[in-house]
Amino acid sequence: MENRPQWGSRVGFIMAAAGSAIGLGNIWRFPGVAYENGGGAFFLPYLFALLTAGIPILILEFTIGHRNRAAAPGSFAKIRRGFEGIGWWQLIISFVISVYYAAVIAWALSYTVFSFNLRWGDDTQGFLFGEYLKLAETPGEFGGIVPGVFIPLVIVWVVALFILYSGVKRGIEAANKIMLPLLFVLFTILVIRALTLEGAADGLNAFFKPNWSTILNGKVWVAAYSQIFFSLSIGFAIMVTYSSYLKKKSDITNNAFITGFANSGFELLAGIGVFSILGFMAMQQGVEVNDVVSKGVGLAFVVFPQIINTLPALNGLFGFLFFASLVLAGFTSLISIVETYIAGLQEKFGISRTKAVLFGGGVTAIVSIIFSSNGGLYFLDVVDYFINNFGVALAGLVEVIAVAWIARELGKLQEHANSISDIKLGLWWKVCLAVITPVVLGYMMIDSLIKNFKSNYEGYETWFVTAYGWVVVVLAIVIGFLLPYIKGKTAAGSVSDSKEVSQ
Amino acid sequence: MEASAIVMMIIGIVIIWGGLAASIVNAVVKAKKRGPESEAES
Repeated sequence: MENRPQWGSRVGFIMAAAGSAIGLGNIWRFPGVAYENGGGAFFLPYLFALLTAGIPILILEFTIGHRNRAAAPGSFAKIRRGFEGIGWWQLIISFVISVYYAAVIAWALSYTVFSFNLRWGDDTQGFLFGEYLKLAETPGEFGGIVPGVFIPLVIVWVVALFILYSGVKRGIEAANKIMLPLLFVLFTILVIRALTLEGAADGLNAFFKPNWSTILNGKVWVAAYSQIFFSLSIGFAIMVTYSSYLKKKSDITNNAFITGFANSGFELLAGIGVFSILGFMAMQQGVEVNDVVSKGVGLAFVVFPQIINTLPALNGLFGFLFFASLVLAGFTSLISIVETYIAGLQEKFGISRTKAVLFGGGVTAIVSIIFSSNGGLYFLDVVDYFINNFGVALAGLVEVIAVAWIARELGKLQEHANSISDIKLGLWWKVCLAVITPVVLGYMMIDSLIKNFKSNYEGYETWFVTAYGWVVVVLAIVIGFLLPYIKGKTAAGSVSDSKEVSQ
Repeated sequence: MEASAIVMMIIGIVIIWGGLAASIVNAVVKAKKRGPESEAES
């Protein structure tokens, strides 16, 4: 068996964990979600969700990985043999997410280059869907491979797999130590420029003005918990895997607080930047900020290019800053997602890192070609929605219930975390995990199920959401719980605390 | 900007960025107290 790799320093681990949490959603999802759910008033449920679910789950996953010193399947198997499937299920979810996440980074990479000559022209929507993605007319139609998406996708995979091949310390840690500070610098320059634009104050007013009437609305609280849950890289094996590379005497709880607050801190920065720019756009068009607010792919690849076109000066530089930020934020998240199953494959089959990267990463890269087809955006939209709402959220719910209620392991995990951490955990941590988190995630799950049984997501045809939404979700569960029965070279759960080495 | 928006912006900044700063300071102070050996370990 290979010796277990480890982080070179505490800073390296925090950078990697924060880099994983800070992703595309921080930039293009949070500002819109906060605005739609009460603006400034949203901060109350958001902070409550961070402290009662986000950070407690981060602490839980850090502790599980650190104590058991194995990838997710092995770590869960060490809690209880039958839990190995939870780890594999989370790894399959990571696999699914990584195949489409890479495609979005490829788009951002293309747009970083397009920024220099504002290649998207005046019709930014027409450019994205027509000229760049060459989007198929009907969802479900593959069409052919779009070279403009395929080439940057290959570049994304080559870089990501090279980082992963280089190892935990020399690859993941080194990449995060460069990419995360660079992301912060680029995005801060962008925010400073945005704040100096005419109309920025109107945008910030729209973003921060509290609408207190929303605070008693249950949907606003669910939105806050969803944002925290989906943004922190919890529930799909990343934090368990990353913390398994910590040295034996490593802090757990303070690291979780730093990671959680760094993620939210970047979201706040993104909110300030995005709404300052939207305020400028609204002023240019003589409309209300409300009329120009959007989120997701539309915000990044349609609205932002429009805004960049109308900037008074240095349009190309501004575009570069924005899209390069998306690329960096995406990369630090992508490598963490792929690392989950690289580590899982290595431990299960006792293979070298090189073989695991070539096989695991290679298969993922090949599957992700689907998302460089003419129909790629439709597939991405459906797979992303279903795997997040019925994959990540459900896996997180099952993980918490299994650890807190079935194995009743919270006491031992608390003891372990307290024995090595600066901040000691008390009853609050157990209450958050055993009561608050299952109740909120359970409600979210039932609410999403009812919504999706009543009507198809985004009005797509039933066969399409079934084939690429429900089937993907069910397959992740089935494959995840079947994998423990495949005999590997190393039985998960028996991974020894072998000598730690820096790779 | 309206006063209520300014207040919420300040509250958000103080709690979130303040929370980040406080947790980093806590980590540095505790590591220094334990000495260079434990700092390297953690």
